[in-house]
Amino acid sequence: MRPFAYSKATSEPDAIARGGETATKFLGAGTNLVDLMREGVEVPAALVDVTGLSGSIEETDNGGLMIGAAASNTAVAESAAVRERYPALTRAILSGASAQIRNMATVGGNILQRTRCTYFYDLEGSRCNKRRPGEGCDAIDGFNRGHGILGVSQDCIATHPSDMCVALAAFDALVHLAGPGGRRIVPLADLHRLPGDTPDVETVLAPGELITSVELPAAPVDARSTYRKVRDRASYAFALVSVAAVLRVTDGRIAEVRIALGGVAPKPWRTREAEDALVGATPGETAFVRAADIALSGATTRPGNAFKPELMHRTIVAVLQDLAGASE
Amino acid sequence: MTQPSDKRSVPNADNGLKLNRRTMLAGSAATIAVAALSGAATAEPAPGLSDARDPLVRSPGGLGAARPRRDGPLKVRGEARFAAEHTFPGMVYGALVFSTIARGTIRAIDTEAAQAAPGVVFIMTHENAPQLAPPEPFYSSPTGMAGSSLPVMQDASVHWNGQPVAVVLAATQEEADHAASLVSVAYDAADAVTSFEAATAGAEVAKYAGRDLQYVAGDAEAALAEAAVSVDLEFSTPRQNHNQIEPHAVTVAWQDGILRMHDCTQGVDLSAITIAKVFGIAPSDVHLTAEFVGGGLGGKTLWQYHILAAAAARLAERPVRMTLSREGVYRICGGRAPTRQRIALGAGSDGRLTALIHTGTTVKIAHNAMTEPFIDASEHMYRADAMHLEVRVGTMDMLANTFMRAPGSAVGTFPLETALDELAEKLGIDPVELRIRNEPDKDPTTGKAFSQRAVVEAYREGARRFGWQRRSGKRLGRREGEWLVGTGMASAYYPYKRFPGGAARITLTSDGKALVEVAAAEMGMGTSTATAAVAAERLGLAYEDVDVRYGDNTLPGSLIAAGSQQTAAIGASLTAAHAALVAELAALVPEGAALHGQPAEALTTLDRSLVLAANPAERISFADLLARSGRTSISAEAKAPPPAEAKEWSMHSTGAVFCEVKVNAITGELRISRISGVYDCGRILNEKLAASQFRGGIIMSLSMAMMENTHFDERNGRIMNPSLAAYYMPAHLDVPEIDVAWTGIPDPHAPTGARGIGEIGMNGPSAAVANAIYDATGQRIRDLPITLDKLM
Repeated sequence: MRPFAYSKATSEPDAIARGGETATKFLGAGTNLVDLMREGVEVPAALVDVTGLSGSIEETDNGGLMIGAAASNTAVAESAAVRERYPALTRAILSGASAQIRNMATVGGNILQRTRCTYFYDLEGSRCNKRRPGEGCDAIDGFNRGHGILGVSQDCIATHPSDMCVALAAFDALVHLAGPGGRRIVPLADLHRLPGDTPDVETVLAPGELITSVELPAAPVDARSTYRKVRDRASYAFALVSVAAVLRVTDGRIAEVRIALGGVAPKPWRTREAEDALVGATPGETAFVRAADIALSGATTRPGNAFKPELMHRTIVAVLQDLAGASE
Repeated sequence: MTQPSDKRSVPNADNGLKLNRRTMLAGSAATIAVAALSGAATAEPAPGLSDARDPLVRSPGGLGAARPRRDGPLKVRGEARFAAEHTFPGMVYGALVFSTIARGTIRAIDTEAAQAAPGVVFIMTHENAPQLAPPEPFYSSPTGMAGSSLPVMQDASVHWNGQPVAVVLAATQEEADHAASLVSVAYDAADAVTSFEAATAGAEVAKYAGRDLQYVAGDAEAALAEAAVSVDLEFSTPRQNHNQIEPHAVTVAWQDGILRMHDCTQGVDLSAITIAKVFGIAPSDVHLTAEFVGGGLGGKTLWQYHILAAAAARLAERPVRMTLSREGVYRICGGRAPTRQRIALGAGSDGRLTALIHTGTTVKIAHNAMTEPFIDASEHMYRADAMHLEVRVGTMDMLANTFMRAPGSAVGTFPLETALDELAEKLGIDPVELRIRNEPDKDPTTGKAFSQRAVVEAYREGARRFGWQRRSGKRLGRREGEWLVGTGMASAYYPYKRFPGGAARITLTSDGKALVEVAAAEMGMGTSTATAAVAAERLGLAYEDVDVRYGDNTLPGSLIAAGSQQTAAIGASLTAAHAALVAELAALVPEGAALHGQPAEALTTLDRSLVLAANPAERISFADLLARSGRTSISAEAKAPPPAEAKEWSMHSTGAVFCEVKVNAITGELRISRISGVYDCGRILNEKLAASQFRGGIIMSLSMAMMENTHFDERNGRIMNPSLAAYYMPAHLDVPEIDVAWTGIPDPHAPTGARGIGEIGMNGPSAAVANAIYDATGQRIRDLPITLDKLM
């Protein structure tokens, strides 16, 4: 690991003042960033520790929740309000990492964690357009079992590894940012960028911009939500595919539906066209299969992940059937 | 046959050797009820084979008790010091730089930035490394312990992707790691063979442990073509890497011409001899200790990091601690090689095998003597009229492949036991019944009599414990919601081994205690605990009164914790040392005392006394003997006889594994819901340790079945998942409660009746899982690991 400066922010303005320096990164629990520093993939000159900033989980005026970015994953998962109103979020968080990591990892850090593509991690031995733009990608013709099928590009097929973010995307979460240019709010589903020919640019965050909190809008009334994760072992593995879905059925018709996909794209992947196709339909296999078809219509695969469209398709249908069955 | 040198006989030993069934473990949930077994296959002993006359084989004494590990409290309290926890004054820390090409030469190494980095003490590359002899690999010489014979940092050549090309020593580990990251290396890459296909294009019949891996009897292909029922199947198994909980490490110092090493090795003496030869010094000028080893599994041998640490320590004139990162372990310490195998079975309609063909290819490096001997179970498990068994091997530019728990048989039993299941289905015969019908009455390939074999009892007991439903060609799988549930079984197999070189020293002291000293290794399996129990039983002392020293190359013998044979090797060494001790004690008996004038051969030890074997009431206590001869202690050391028993008899451990799996009908996810293993491994010396060994092996085999897979990038020979996060092994949720049991029938030809239990658990579960998956889903998966995409 290269030498670096460390300081702990005492307040949000303090963090933003410090975070504006060159080659400075904000540090949450470090469960991903410190790993990347050990590998030499991240080489910040300075870290500004923001774990002392707000980690509270509070009710908002419009019936939602405001979660401080420093809240631990465990705190969010165990929050009674989250468990009751956003159960898919609790499920998603608890399906990720290990208890020890969840106890440390922050909400802000979870959102900004980087891909687990092993070529991205192999600083010395492999090419990666994310690490060194333009040098090529060894994953495209290499080991890509865990890689993306939606939103990927010729330069990068890496996935965003978070479970939590998939559920947040399904709940239309809003990310509150503060930076040298002021404050703004970005929908979580729009925070991460697709790789295109600049896979090194992963989010819309401006230099020095800090995630201060995540806002969950009021949960749809009478809706059911869940999260299903499919992976290569029963725990402590990243998703091959995952689905977070919210479904509200009224008078035998789908009144509201949200579907977010994980493990298949460079970002938590909302499937709005599939959702639109479902609204007003009779819940059932026919409609769900059609929605899954739409959701995966743009999928592209490599030999290592050629199974993913079918697995994702089956999982989407199963999750929606599960929610529809529970709604009856 | 070769007569063992230990010709001691015990006059009243029961030469008829009717096994005393009371010696089988009783009273434990993990123990087969004696009554459940019948007709144990036991052979008459050959006259003169001392072990066959060994009273301990049938002793009803304290052996077998579920004693806890002696080092357990130390480990739980964090007081057990491992290789990377020892220090020397002035010690510095080492870090390695690994190559990023598979073959070629180093054009230039720029160490300037690293030299200038904080804390850096010394940097070694091929340009300043001392001249060193190439290390001797395991099986290339009687004392070889290295993973490969490649010269270590002797020139600019690169032989695999991940080879160490520079060593950085610094005041702290962090500084060493940082400086290592600043070393810049330019390579001239050469063409490398990094694909399995290219490596095996010209594969040749392999040699292993001094013999060709080939056996031909009759015309198996013709028999297959004529068989009433047959299967002819292709299988593949992946590359795997070692993941011991303790990453490899060594702490070394040169002290007054002595190379002092705190190591983690499975063979303290062989490691010391091998590194001594590399440095051109006498083995007695190496003092190597490894009191605790955090998992070995075949991978804790002598690797380049040991040699590089010692070389750098000598040049820098500073003690060095070299702890490999997890990535470092993957880069320079080998694992299991991949295989492609064919199994073809022909049978009559009665299920009796007319043809058994087991052939295939694997890869190794050009600089070791390790080919996966994956036909060994096929050589000894089933009778067949005609057989063709053959392993062909090609060489590849890669990290040295090496031994990994149950080398050969782990990957060989998977196809054999899967093919039998497929054949059973075609025949409409229950898979257990098919195996019983092909149970040989003597070794199928050597023709020798079995020393002891009760696999049929294991099948029956396993079936009973598991609740096996007999089947006749029809799947019995059922559905529970989303989950398809099925059951399957397989045989387990592992050869008996006892490597030469065993020796032990026993010292009796006037306080009524004994010290046993043996240069054995303890990887966590309970060597000192089992050794103390055997020694106590043999000496006639309480278990608590026997102390054991091990893990130090200056102690007697040259033992190695490998091949599931260290316990047997120690057992034979203790027998020999005990005989020598009895002779010493006999010489102390004063005139006029009981036993005076009796030949040593007529004496033995019991109840803290030297006794007349034929009449133990005639005795003199150790304390009395020592006091009357004016001594405070007496010591005897002896070597174990050569392993003649393994030449005379067909000696193997066997077992039966039954499991239930659940396969998700939607996603293909696989869960193991139940598993039972019943083993026939001779006498069990400690129920608790044995159960852990069996369970550990079963978990490792489930891992092989479900997920383990080294991502070896065939484009450049680089391992792409060198971490516990990316290389999957089971987490707790992947492992069900594991039921284990054993026949406990002593092997009359194995020291103390025990054949060895460390690896057999590895063999069988992977095939039982695949067979259960078929029962659940109707799908036959013949390439490991069985990941969900193969089951969708």
